Amino acid sequence: MTLDFSVVTGAWQSLLLGTVGTLFLAFSGMALAMIIGVLGVVILRMQLRLPSLLVNAFIEIVRNTPFLVQIFFLFFALPLAGIRLNPTLTAILALGVNGGAYAIEIIRGGVESVPKGQTEAGLALGLHKHEVFRLIVLKPALRAIYPSLSSQFILLTLTTAICTSISAYELTSVGQRIEAETFRSFEVYFTLTGIYLVISLVTMWLLAAIGRRAFSYPQR
Amino acid sequence: MTEPNSARNATAPMIEMRHVEKFYGPFHALKDVNLTVAKGEKIVLCGPSGSGKSTLIRCINHLESIKSGEITVAGHRLSDSQKAVDAVRREVGMVFQQFNLFPHKTVLENCILAPMRVRGLSRAEAEATGRKYLERVRIGDQAAKYPAQLSGGQQQRVAIARALCMEPMAMLFDEPTSALDPEMVKEVLDTMVLLARDGMTMICVTHEMGFARQVADRVIFMADGAIVEENDPESFFRAPAHARTRAFLGEILHH
Ligand SMILES: Nc1ncnc2c1ncn2[C@@H]1O[C@H](COP(=O)(O)OP(=O)(O)OP(=O)(O)O)[C@@H](O)[C@H]1O
Ligand SMILES: [Mg+2]
Repeated sequence: MTLDFSVVTGAWQSLLLGTVGTLFLAFSGMALAMIIGVLGVVILRMQLRLPSLLVNAFIEIVRNTPFLVQIFFLFFALPLAGIRLNPTLTAILALGVNGGAYAIEIIRGGVESVPKGQTEAGLALGLHKHEVFRLIVLKPALRAIYPSLSSQFILLTLTTAICTSISAYELTSVGQRIEAETFRSFEVYFTLTGIYLVISLVTMWLLAAIGRRAFSYPQR
Repeated sequence: MTEPNSARNATAPMIEMRHVEKFYGPFHALKDVNLTVAKGEKIVLCGPSGSGKSTLIRCINHLESIKSGEITVAGHRLSDSQKAVDAVRREVGMVFQQFNLFPHKTVLENCILAPMRVRGLSRAEAEATGRKYLERVRIGDQAAKYPAQLSGGQQQRVAIARALCMEPMAMLFDEPTSALDPEMVKEVLDTMVLLARDGMTMICVTHEMGFARQVADRVIFMADGAIVEENDPESFFRAPAHARTRAFLGEILHH
């Protein structure tokens, strides 16, 4: 069998759009995961029984079920609840919820790593608990766990491929379409592999750059 | 804010603790502590490790809550209500052994955060206050640096300035020099002496007996959660009344 990459080079525009779709899913998912992560930690810190129980249950459910099942669940459950989202928004929601559960765990660890003296200094200055968290604890906490959070977000970026299962617009669905039209499976998946590799590396580099900017203060 | 009359009254104590009892779980950490500190008075608190010195001063600004007894600061009676706690913390500055500067904020940002948030100063006002107190602790030229870029002694002086920026009526020090390299102890003590000369009401947990002799109006000795002995520094060091005080002094003066 001879290889014929013209089927992929010919479809470069679709592949480019698919790549953009993947990046869009990934970064929207990260943003949502970040919001859920911080909110989850805020709720846990209130130390109220029921809210903490709910957050912990959420974390356990998400971490102990497959993403594919989660995204199908949202895809079919949301309409039942009267919420109609297009596949892309559903995918972002699923990625954000999934990444968010892991982010809560990671950020919680970061918050615990901030010395208690920081909180005490803030309180002694007359700041309230929530101000202390937001203005004093949060940034050093995020800095401490930024490498783990970045790895989690790379994982999230690769997970976008599963969103093809609800036909969200992203790279893998584009590849599958080209494959179905041309039967050139190897060429298509070889190319996708390369593109995903580049996406990962670029995302990693971007996250590192964001980290360097956000946490530029010198560490002891 | 309306100031209770007593805070303005020169004869009313700045800090008063009456029959204070504090427990950590089953552990009895403060036992019937009574302490009255007049405006402008300087107290040095000493005692063996675990005797409850930190606990005592941390109760004054409600970093620890007490089981029973009364604490009044600048006329504000402390309770578990957020309002009472706020009122007290606004009047009391605290300096910690580990400095506890905020690492992600510059020296000046460390100083202006609480004045802006808690006292409602504008950024310009807060920065002016911040620079004033950084000058006062002789570190004005470091305002733009981050804490990690300073020596321990410099960090502790910034911590003092940060507390002063709230223009507190009293200052609490919890072993402010014990985390410092020996060569930096003096610069921090000098700053504290300066503050004492300005008439600040101070409670200092410290084993720097030279400092105690120089500025303290009273030295208080604690053991096992109780105040064992208090006296003016001259009498305290010359003729300690209790065996425990003598043993303690013997230990810290000859090591
Ligand atoms: N959060 C806490 N939980 C339980 N026990 C505590 C807590 N904080 C302090 N203690 C105990 O209370 C006692 C008094 O502690 P405290 O820190 O006030 O002593 P200290 O006189 O400041 O000692 P040091 O000189 O070592 O700083 C100690 O026995 C300590 O173990
Ligand atoms: Mg102590």
